[in-house]
Amino acid sequence: MHKILTGTVALLAITACSKTTPENIHPEPTADMAAFAASLQEKLLDAKTGDVIDIPAGFYEFERSLSLTVDGVTIRGAGMDETTLSFKNQIAGAEGLLVTASDFTLENIALEDSKGDALKVNEGKNITIRGVRTEWTGGPKTANGAYGIYPVQCENVVIENSVAIAASDAGIYVGQSRNIIIRNNRAEYNVAGIEVENSVGADVYGNIATNNTGGILVFNMPHLPQEGHSTRVYDNQIFENNTKNFGHEGTPVASVPAGSGIVINSNDKVEIFGNSIRKNKTANIIISSVYSTGYNDLDKADNFDPYPEGIYIYDNTFEGGGNSPDGMDLKALKTLKFGPTGALPDILWDGYADKTKYVDGNPAPNDRICIQNGADVKMLNADGPNGFKNPDMADMNMHDCALPKLSATKIDL
Amino acid sequence: MRSWILTGFLAFAACGPTASNTKTLEKVPVKPITAPSPVFHADNNPDTLSDWGILASNGQFLALANDSFVYELNSALFSDYAHKLRTIHLPDGQRVQWHDDNDRIEFPTGTIITKTFYYEKGGREADVLKTDTAPQLNDHKLALANIRLIETRLLVRRTAGWEALPYVWNDAQTEARLMRTGDVKRLSLVSGSNRQDFAYIVPNTNQCAGCHATNNTTRVIEPIGPKFRHLQSLSHFKLTEPINAYRNVNWQDETAPLGARARAYLDINCSHCHNQVGPADTSGLHLEPTTALGPHLGVCKTPIAAGTGTGNRKHGIVPGDSEASIFTYRMESTNPAEMMPELGRSLAHDEGVELIKAWINNLGGHCN
Repeated sequence: MHKILTGTVALLAITACSKTTPENIHPEPTADMAAFAASLQEKLLDAKTGDVIDIPAGFYEFERSLSLTVDGVTIRGAGMDETTLSFKNQIAGAEGLLVTASDFTLENIALEDSKGDALKVNEGKNITIRGVRTEWTGGPKTANGAYGIYPVQCENVVIENSVAIAASDAGIYVGQSRNIIIRNNRAEYNVAGIEVENSVGADVYGNIATNNTGGILVFNMPHLPQEGHSTRVYDNQIFENNTKNFGHEGTPVASVPAGSGIVINSNDKVEIFGNSIRKNKTANIIISSVYSTGYNDLDKADNFDPYPEGIYIYDNTFEGGGNSPDGMDLKALKTLKFGPTGALPDILWDGYADKTKYVDGNPAPNDRICIQNGADVKMLNADGPNGFKNPDMADMNMHDCALPKLSATKIDL
Repeated sequence: MRSWILTGFLAFAACGPTASNTKTLEKVPVKPITAPSPVFHADNNPDTLSDWGILASNGQFLALANDSFVYELNSALFSDYAHKLRTIHLPDGQRVQWHDDNDRIEFPTGTIITKTFYYEKGGREADVLKTDTAPQLNDHKLALANIRLIETRLLVRRTAGWEALPYVWNDAQTEARLMRTGDVKRLSLVSGSNRQDFAYIVPNTNQCAGCHATNNTTRVIEPIGPKFRHLQSLSHFKLTEPINAYRNVNWQDETAPLGARARAYLDINCSHCHNQVGPADTSGLHLEPTTALGPHLGVCKTPIAAGTGTGNRKHGIVPGDSEASIFTYRMESTNPAEMMPELGRSLAHDEGVELIKAWINNLGGHCN
């Protein structure tokens, strides 16, 4: 037993990936739609600050990726089920739509079947994604593009009322950004439903994450310009994220076991409350270090903090889960500790902590993992630092603590 | 993965024995070619390349303005095996200045840099040849008899900064037209008995900036090739050689050290995005010549957002094991979701892949 987060599922019977939606049937694009599609990139080149580019209802096909570099532009469709930009026949470009601009809004539109990421926003301020659907229409497949909605190195990001389906990495992924609100979205059949990575100040609430491999992820990865902290995950519905991991080995999410509700990996100051977390078959919540994701080549010079610290879990509702964990190691662990019909507890912790920062043999008050979620909610310490030799139930009294509550993320766009 | 190539080829083949291509060519008297005279357009973008007065063609010869000069790079970006004619026109009597911040050559307003992408023609209409060398300018003229001109990209230095403009050559090879949204040319690369269909992509102006805005925060467009470390010769630039400045080798020069060749290749092909402030700084992978051999160069580095680009491999570079390294996977791939560079090629660069493989296989150490 050497890894807690192992994506291998060889013998485990996992719910077969089912079709996400009935086969999308689109009308053949009309001549008008084809003409509009042919002119859209030029519209994006010619856009001026303040422009709204309206895309009428219709199905628009693109052979090459689209890009926007002008600040202050809104692209607006007639609805996420009415206006579709399809990249099914794409031959070039690593995204469907690439935006390198600020004060950008994309709304009421769908981006389908891009070869790579559906929407990437690279280094912009004041980014609003509203009522957008990103989808790979063949359902969850390893060949799908990595990310659905992907702002990276952005500041002030609102992603709301959107839908992300079947990304081979994360449906909604905010990386290396600051000030983020992700609310009232639905993420389904992705490897990671919603992922906040190396980001500072994120509020994730009112979302539905279901049928992903992992529902909501809060990660930090090494070798990046910014480490993340201060994320609140609250009032979300996170259930039945049991889709077999179809990510690519080597990617951070490939190590997420199917059946993970919320995963916190090497991130600090994460507050999880008021969520309904149900029937995630490995564990409803996983707290881990990059050491458990197969990552052990940390460059000391990077000063990367691999430990999850300041984690506060309270007032969530749990139901089921842990009954059929992914991977031989976890399956064996479950059977060993809880019997063939038992289940892992709601919270699984790999046990990594920075002992060099301990005070009198205990974590410093603000570095603790605090759990105030009623007597029924238990945590398993998988004993990762000792090679996962002696996994055991954590003493919940040691985790019965409160942490200073994080302030809400405020964005005026 | 390559089905689109096939589809493209079939679509082309479906045109049948191309009536338009086999029709008897009308004998139109060819205008004699004379060297054009540069015209700097300070704020408008003319529709045709000839309006710039840098390059002119009569279909038989491509002529370069007398006061423009050709420059070469010691290691060049791979662009689907296209050959490149690179020229610079400096405004009258003006000079360039070299700055050691980011090895930058400062050009005066009015500078016009061109890069023409061309192939030697093959037997069929869409055929272009994979050749190591191509006909060059002779007396400022390029004979076009065996040449297919594809596109000419301009970098124009205006008061506000550089502007990038792609011009695409017509079938008659007499004029190139501004295509701000880029273009797709269905070509077949022929090497011996081998024929590989591919979609040659002319970038749109945003994509020009995608490479030439090497700082993703300022997004200022800059020339990439005309830097001291890339230039074969400074003579036309009237620059004295900077002291102790780093210079890349020619990656094809087998007498140069393998490491220097590999780093030169990675520099010119990757570092315009993969630098500490570039569009790919999101990956933590920096492929400039100054990056030390370590995780930021990819050694034992796990990917961040590579998606399908990992090829199920765990590290960018696994010393001694190119087959386990993501670098070579992404270089060999032609899937837009996973290939590197993301832009500028539809084919894999076999010789470049071999170089990087050899370099990785020669690196010592291991990843845990």
